[in-house]
Amino acid sequence: MATVQADPKTTSALLYLDGISVSFDGFKALNELSFIVEPGEMRAIIGPNGAGKTTMMDVITGKTRPDEGDVFFQGGQFDLSKLDETEIATLGIGRKFQKPTVFEMHTVEDNLQLSLKNDRSVKATLFWQSSVEQEARIDQVLDIVRLKHLRARIAGSLSHGQKQWLEIAMLLAQDPKLLLVDEPVAGMTDVEAMQTAELLREINKTKTVVVVEHDMAFVRELGVKVTCLHEGSVLAEGSIDQVSTNDRVVEVYLGR
Amino acid sequence: MMTSHPLIRLLDRGSTLFLVLLAAFAIAIPVSNLLMPEGSALHVSTYFVALFGKYVCYGLLALSIDLIWGYVGILSLGHGAFFALGGNAMGMYLMRQIGDRGVYANPILPDFMVFLNWSELPFFWYGFNSFAYAMLMVLLVPGLLAFVFGWFAFRSRVTGVYLSIITQAMTYALLLGFFRNNFGFGGNNGLTDFKDILGFNVQAEGTRNALLVISCMALAVCFLICRAIVTSKFGKVLIGIRDAESRTRFLGYRVEAYKLFVFTVSACMAGVAGALYVPQVGIINPGEFAPGNSIEAVIWVAVGGRGTLTGAVLGAFVVNYAKTFFTSGALAPYWLFMLGGLFIGTTLFMPRGIIGTYNNWRAGRADKVEARSAEAKAAAENGAASPAQPSAAE
Repeated sequence: MATVQADPKTTSALLYLDGISVSFDGFKALNELSFIVEPGEMRAIIGPNGAGKTTMMDVITGKTRPDEGDVFFQGGQFDLSKLDETEIATLGIGRKFQKPTVFEMHTVEDNLQLSLKNDRSVKATLFWQSSVEQEARIDQVLDIVRLKHLRARIAGSLSHGQKQWLEIAMLLAQDPKLLLVDEPVAGMTDVEAMQTAELLREINKTKTVVVVEHDMAFVRELGVKVTCLHEGSVLAEGSIDQVSTNDRVVEVYLGR
Repeated sequence: MMTSHPLIRLLDRGSTLFLVLLAAFAIAIPVSNLLMPEGSALHVSTYFVALFGKYVCYGLLALSIDLIWGYVGILSLGHGAFFALGGNAMGMYLMRQIGDRGVYANPILPDFMVFLNWSELPFFWYGFNSFAYAMLMVLLVPGLLAFVFGWFAFRSRVTGVYLSIITQAMTYALLLGFFRNNFGFGGNNGLTDFKDILGFNVQAEGTRNALLVISCMALAVCFLICRAIVTSKFGKVLIGIRDAESRTRFLGYRVEAYKLFVFTVSACMAGVAGALYVPQVGIINPGEFAPGNSIEAVIWVAVGGRGTLTGAVLGAFVVNYAKTFFTSGALAPYWLFMLGGLFIGTTLFMPRGIIGTYNNWRAGRADKVEARSAEAKAAAENGAASPAQPSAAE
């Protein structure tokens, strides 16, 4: 049902995964996983623990090399399986981790300063000076995630939800083409989760987003195409209503 | 904060105080030693001058360790190797300066080579009769070793305790090598019996004072370089790597390049420290490569306060003063236990070290003052707002 047939060189997909397999000590974390994400799309990925969601993120971002299969970015232009994390990040793929990961000892402002799309070389950062445009860009990003009043705060002192938002802001500051967002609402209150859904929809107006999430209410709130993973491959794909009524999905993930 | 003048960023309160104190010592000690009459209360002995000069070199070594440990989280337990290599480069220059004044009066070969029946100078001793060349090697040899070592280690993403262990192995391997006579650095005895440096007698009071002043200047310059590094955006990336390495990587920073750069700079600084140390203590032997020396230097940094730069230097002074004090008395056999106890005590009760604890205390006080003034301001505003209401009611 989810067999991808497009030729990687001619695909229009922003992200193209075909027949990806990864195994760790004999355990198949991903088993011929295939799916594509079109430019401008927002996709939600669901699935039980151990379905391979995080491993899939690792493959896309270059942390894990696939044993088999193709991973292409931007209409087949870049083969991600041949690039490392730094190169992939520079191509325009931003990643939010499952556990909020911000620079705890830096201020909110510095966190964003480090994330802004700039020359990342040793020489450039050694002799770097801030500019008005950069400051304005930081303000703009902080506005989007509603953290402007916390600009001077040390990131370590933020609440869990605020850290999640700061990390999303850091992704935005990178100005990526594709955002990979791993469990953005874990540990959030319902109100915060709904605000996050709104935030992601706002971001999706200009960027392609892939969200991994367990929270079904949140996924429903997003209202986008859903892919359900199970044992390292795609189990079902479609609207939230289609997927959540699929017998196999109910059996392995949602429960009766 | 980001827009403040670079010089203000470079010299915060602590750094200025540090440089002023360093300058004061660099002036007061030579003045007191050379100009005050012996026996006067203001006179310090030449022994003290040499001792203080030695501490300054240790301070520079500690500074170089703090740059990588405090700011990038690279715990090198082999930094003594870079210190000793810098020291050896200086030692080789000093050996060549002895010329025919050695015991065997060979104009080219140092005594130990004559003793070993060597007929000619090994190729790696060429050029060391030139001071400029020797100084270049002081930077180049530790720097190159650190670059090659770091290239492999950081590219393979060796971190944490594994990296610490291989740095120990590195210094231990060099220790074993330098102990061998055929390695060509004087074996067991090392390099010693130095006569003069740039034509000045190394034993003379004037030279000793000059070496002290130069050491202080080297420490000040290296301190400023470290400050410039850690206060730049580059420094913020370093702290990012220390606290969340994978986050930094996924933001698109080439973590290994950052580590390699700062590790190499740090090794060069350690080399300079070693080079200044050798003429002041008059000997460099393979014992300087002992793994224990590197660990001791890490303890100085921990005691003074990791990630503060000034703390590292302070720690080097405090611990070494304690070492001098205790190892010269009846307590000498127990020094290592005291050093161990000091490290455990610091880790348990003062994990941020002297300067770190002090900074914390000050920050806490400033927060309180700020909170109080904010409260007062709020109260004043309320006070100003509330009388308006009754007057309106009237």
